[in-house]
Amino acid sequence: MADLSINLAGIKSPNPFWVASAPPSNTAYQCHRAFEAGWGGVVWKTIGEPIVNVSSRYSSLDLNGSRMVGLNNIELITDRAPETNFREIRECKDRWPDHAIIASLMTDTRENWHDYMKASADAGADGVELNFGCPHGMCERGMGSAVGQNPDVIETIVGWVMEVAEIPVIVKLTPNITSINHAARAASRAGANAISLINTINSITQVDLDRMCPEPYVAGQSTHGGYCGPAVKPIALNMVQECAADPEVLIPISGIGGISNWKDAAEFIALGSTSVQVCTAIMHYGFRIVEDMIEGLNDYLDGAGMKSVNELIGRAVQSVQRWETLDLNYKRIASIDYDTCIGCNLCYIACEDGAHQAIALVDPEAKGVGLGPGRLPGKPVPEIKEKECVGCNLCALVCPVDACITMIDVDNGKDRMSWSDYQAKVASGEMKPIPAHP
Amino acid sequence: MPITSLLDPDTAARNMAEIEPQYSPQEALVEAHRCLFCFDAPCIKACPTGIDIPGFIKKIASHNLTGSARTILSSNILGGSCARVCPTSVLCEGACVMLDRDEKPIKIGRLQRYATDHVFDNDLQVLHPPEQKSGKRVALIGGGPASLGCAAELALLGHDAVIFERKPEAGGLNTYGIAYYKLTPEMSLKEVELVKRLGVEIRTGVDVGTDITVAELEKEFDAIFLGVGLGHTYRLDIPGEDLPEVFEALAFIEDLHVNPLHEVAVGKRVAVIGCGNTAIDAVTQAKRLGAEHSVIIYRRGERDMPAYLYEYGLAKRDGAEFIFNAVPVEVLEKDGHVCGLKLARTKVDDNGKLQVIAGSEFELPFDMVIKALGQEKMTDMLKSIVPDVNLTRNGCIERDAATGQTNVPHIFAGGDGANGGSEVVNAVGEGKKAARGIHRLFTNEAIEGPIQWTRMGVVGDKPVGSGLDHPIRVDEHETAFI
Repeated sequence: MADLSINLAGIKSPNPFWVASAPPSNTAYQCHRAFEAGWGGVVWKTIGEPIVNVSSRYSSLDLNGSRMVGLNNIELITDRAPETNFREIRECKDRWPDHAIIASLMTDTRENWHDYMKASADAGADGVELNFGCPHGMCERGMGSAVGQNPDVIETIVGWVMEVAEIPVIVKLTPNITSINHAARAASRAGANAISLINTINSITQVDLDRMCPEPYVAGQSTHGGYCGPAVKPIALNMVQECAADPEVLIPISGIGGISNWKDAAEFIALGSTSVQVCTAIMHYGFRIVEDMIEGLNDYLDGAGMKSVNELIGRAVQSVQRWETLDLNYKRIASIDYDTCIGCNLCYIACEDGAHQAIALVDPEAKGVGLGPGRLPGKPVPEIKEKECVGCNLCALVCPVDACITMIDVDNGKDRMSWSDYQAKVASGEMKPIPAHP
Repeated sequence: MPITSLLDPDTAARNMAEIEPQYSPQEALVEAHRCLFCFDAPCIKACPTGIDIPGFIKKIASHNLTGSARTILSSNILGGSCARVCPTSVLCEGACVMLDRDEKPIKIGRLQRYATDHVFDNDLQVLHPPEQKSGKRVALIGGGPASLGCAAELALLGHDAVIFERKPEAGGLNTYGIAYYKLTPEMSLKEVELVKRLGVEIRTGVDVGTDITVAELEKEFDAIFLGVGLGHTYRLDIPGEDLPEVFEALAFIEDLHVNPLHEVAVGKRVAVIGCGNTAIDAVTQAKRLGAEHSVIIYRRGERDMPAYLYEYGLAKRDGAEFIFNAVPVEVLEKDGHVCGLKLARTKVDDNGKLQVIAGSEFELPFDMVIKALGQEKMTDMLKSIVPDVNLTRNGCIERDAATGQTNVPHIFAGGDGANGGSEVVNAVGEGKKAARGIHRLFTNEAIEGPIQWTRMGVVGDKPVGSGLDHPIRVDEHETAFI
């Protein structure tokens, strides 16, 4: 059994799985249920001056029969009084002393930040998370993403908070910004102990074409919401890696964004997260999903020979490099296994209409593969035109059969040459420019 | 003893309810999303009307039900009934690539029904004939699926089509001769109405040859389509065959399509002679109408029966019984009514010939006998009404398979009368091809599509064509090639 316990900037947790600051972390009741199920930490639903919510708060993107591939919300921070929340944090901490409870905070003036920091420490919270990300409702009042979108403001407010901080401070960043690095650097410069990302992305999930109004529908209107769930994972991974690789950030990361299972979590950790936070998957299936996350991560670490989850943190960060450093002479091409090909020919049409016209349809008899699976007489099979194949991967991506199309490395005998190398060689006259594709 | 009806109206209706009801929207969506949307999908090649099956399924998935139905009906005007009666396991579903991924094939038939029901349930018209008419007129003899398929295509190509049907209603076997729990006559008549709305005229109760001659038709019409189907069931030629409780299978099925179900007379012990798909329809319906025993008697063994495995399974689930390797030698009589069958055992000799075993006779009590031995060709009728049209050696109308054209250039043919007896969907496809053949005769213009030709199979630069061009059956392929 690998050791799953983590220490994120001084916040200790029995495992890296935290409930994100959101509806599932609204009350002590939910916090107890989360820890009973096995979660390592809970980031409390953001505490601030109590707000008033609208009815009708969520909408989703469903895709090809799958529900809630993405979730959009227009719910605000907690609608409960700060005293109630801090009292409940104390109650939970007393009962779960070895688990992490992080108070998520959102307020405005320096004094108010100081008050909330003190209240958090007094309640026994293991750390705080500054909500600089909420993209709706609060930003109009100068909070949430209104802060996170302006690195100077981030630096100022984090500075105020650090003046009085007795417990670790995590800054939660918004993805609704051109460069996440500038926001992360600002937090780091101001002395934050860690960052967490991503918060939700500005979104409208769909328009009801009868009412001519998006969901969630609120009395004839709707509003821009915050988007999360499995569909945002690639965006979140990208930003997590950018921060992890940035030498001007250099503080721990709590990864957030579409994490639904152990594999998602492991990917976030490999790209530099110490802990991971989950919301949408809990809103879909409940706290019980953590059982698979713990088991799956454990088995993966055991299988990979890692004794602790700490060995996984950041392992894949350095593999992501600038495009101009990639090897232009690396070559791969597609290869089709005719024993498992079912004859859907999706690879053919994807390549023919959507990519590089490098797959032909040929007679299976002439090809010598005969009438195998999915083949009717007169129904052709796909054949890779190896000279035309650029190795783009598209056919392997659309193929519905596992391991039917594989991408094979081709040894072309050429030395490694990046775009930068190429530019230098052309400039020095060492080689002629590569002719343009016809 | 004469036979009577056995069930009250509620029980009869319950027993005869459809075996595969309409999908719920959620069921349809889940199933539609399973479809991989293959490019040159084998299901298109295995559909004798060449429906763009992945196309219509993806339209269900995108909530475009009207478009989905349009895709189906533009290839197959009887897509609604074919969805219910097609032997999908040897056609589209049998070719589904999912089978090669060790998964259940997409339920194409049920999805097709879901989409077409949308059109009928909401009374939508999705196909529109052109306003500009060609002025050419075609007479279609017989009102079954072949003529309906031909007439609909003719109307969509701008030609006038008039169907002449002997019976009170058009639709042929769809209206009168398919198991009630698969396809109701009401559904068939809705499709007839759909064809009428395209501008096709249907004259029912007209027997061509008696009420009007072909020569008279030729004066009024520019071309003739023969969609005459098949005739009576073959005779047993044994004593007692003309007793009142001996029925032809199709007459029995027709009986329960034109009368209230609870008024249809059925025996308590029913023997069905033969083991094709019509025999299965007869044996299951007799059982569902209250027969205590409903028994198939077949001269060969279980493996030789022509009924599809799916149909065999249906009959077994309904509690039908099977006596293999036996032939009737006499229908037994008491007081002028059927009281049983004298049967003899059979065996296959070394030359593969069926032989009756001497001295093996035995008797079983039955009060109703249904003959399902296959239908006779309409040879005499054809020789009488169209004496110049060549017939094949087995009595079918000789025609070009691609165009339906006979040796008489303005006479075309399709359906059971031309192919010797096949599925509804084959009849519709042949009718459609004949319509295109007729159009070519009128205009010298070849009609193709509607599917992009590369989606129907291409080897090199050569198009292979859909199931409309080359009807195939997957079970036959598996025997022949695998």
